[in-house]
Amino acid sequence: MTDFFADVVWSDIALATVDTLIMVFGSLGLTVLIGLPLGLALFLTAPGQVWANRGLHGALAVAVNILRSLPFIILLIVLIPVTLALVGTSLGVAGAIVPLVAGAAPFFARLVETALREVDRNTIEAVQAMGATTRDLVLRALLPEALPGIIAAGTVTAIALVSYTAMAGAVGAGGLGDLAIRYGYQRFQTDVMVVTVALLIVLVQLVQMLGDRLVRHFSRR
Amino acid sequence: MIRIDNVHKRFAGGGGAALAGVDLTIARGEVFGVIGRSGAGKSTLLRLLNGLEKPSEGHVRFDGIDVATLGPADLRQLRRRVGMIFQNFGLLSSATVAQNVALPLKIAGTPRAAIAARVAELLDRVGLHDHATKYPAQLSGGQKQRVGIARALATGPDVLLCDEATSALDPETTRDVLALIAALNRDLGLTIVLITHEMDVVRQGCDRVAVLKAGQVVETGPVADVVIDPQHAETRALLADAGDIGPGAHDFAGQVVHFTVHGAATTTPLISRIARETGADLTILDGRVGRLRDTAYAQLTLGIAGGNTAAALELLAQYGRVSR
Ligand SMILES: Nc1ncnc2c1ncn2[C@@H]1O[C@H](COP(=O)(O)OP(=O)(O)OP(=O)(O)O)[C@@H](O)[C@H]1O
Ligand SMILES: [Mg+2]
Repeated sequence: MTDFFADVVWSDIALATVDTLIMVFGSLGLTVLIGLPLGLALFLTAPGQVWANRGLHGALAVAVNILRSLPFIILLIVLIPVTLALVGTSLGVAGAIVPLVAGAAPFFARLVETALREVDRNTIEAVQAMGATTRDLVLRALLPEALPGIIAAGTVTAIALVSYTAMAGAVGAGGLGDLAIRYGYQRFQTDVMVVTVALLIVLVQLVQMLGDRLVRHFSRR
Repeated sequence: MIRIDNVHKRFAGGGGAALAGVDLTIARGEVFGVIGRSGAGKSTLLRLLNGLEKPSEGHVRFDGIDVATLGPADLRQLRRRVGMIFQNFGLLSSATVAQNVALPLKIAGTPRAAIAARVAELLDRVGLHDHATKYPAQLSGGQKQRVGIARALATGPDVLLCDEATSALDPETTRDVLALIAALNRDLGLTIVLITHEMDVVRQGCDRVAVLKAGQVVETGPVADVVIDPQHAETRALLADAGDIGPGAHDFAGQVVHFTVHGAATTTPLISRIARETGADLTILDGRVGRLRDTAYAQLTLGIAGGNTAAALELLAQYGRVSR
């Protein structure tokens, strides 16, 4: 057993794990920052809502759908010039963040929109009938009511980001995916492959557990 | 207080008009019922009153002010004078009872200290002071509606709009909630617009009623008049749903008449008296005895045979209303 893992360079594994964590949670933060307002805008501009606007809603929906229809591996390559312009490099952790966020934010935005649509129509109406501004409606009713759904959306998005970072490894992003591809695929070092796969599984499990726990904590239904 | 003037409402996306020329006047301090079947336009009508919906045509005036002409800030101000409660309560599931009741006050910018005192007072009024820290999911339907009512009252409105407020409740809880609404009307002088599809609710809770059918008011008047002497087929159908107008007895060999009486005459032992005086035999084939808010009424299908039938009918007509 110990023999099997004898050639694994554990310090490389540790560094790669840290890189993966930075990429997943760094891009998750930015994804929420961009995706939450985008999801809100999608919801509020939909027909029958307070900012109902067919044109704007359509434009946002098309933009989101375009980004979501590109397989992530294609998005990675297509966005290289954008990444270069924004962060100066398309390599490493910094270079990965732009495509990660571009891939995850529209996905998260759609999930947020769905979570907001679950908010009871009567509740929204009741808050409007109190004389609430749209700002009050969003901050005091929509977001608190949709919070468990939004956290669940964040969990799904974080897990998608774990798999995105592994793919980003293929174009020089670093992290566990990069390690798995370099050692496991290109050098047939099965031991490294096994370790990285195990770490990815553990990471996904932890994210899911944490997310579920938060959802339960904030659910009052 | 509220004037609805030739209001039409058509929704984008076609279909017929939800409202087709509604005229109504609702007086200050009264409990005004609007009854109609599903899809008649009741909710649409109610939502016009606080500007949640704009009329396609016509005017809704509050103390003479046309709701449609108000800017966003004035409309928000108006809405603080108009409380609203819903069939499904519309409470925030993520907030406690106290936080739900506090919400309209926070939105109105009431100072923190004043909010706590006001919330305690409101929860007292609806009998929920022991439940302040519970979440709506931990309450029964009747308790949820009480939270809804406390919340609707928070900003001290003059008008309370009730959209099928008792439809999700059992008959006993319905009575309790209607009694609470009646108390608010009496104690606070609140004008109440109450929408329902149940004649029982109108009978228990309203002063006047309008019957809505396919977006039009087909009958309106004091509840006693409308219930006792319905003019329109739709009203009679709604009364029949509530078991008010029975099928009568087709097999009775003799004269069958519908007889309605209300007020003091209801408790007069008139059937035996008429029988004695005219020699006619009277029997009750179907009927209902109950209360319209505060007055007793009876609505009976009588069979009359033998003796002086014409004289019996004449006597009946002295006490109440007779129809065949
Ligand atoms: N937002 C809307 N968009 C399109 N049509 C609508 C909308 N709201 C209501 N309608 C239509 O208007 C008509 C009246 O609806 P409304 O909700 O006022 O009926 P209601 O009398 O309250 O019925 P219920 O007892 O089922 O609540 C219905 O035909 C309904 O389909
Ligand atoms: Mg309705």
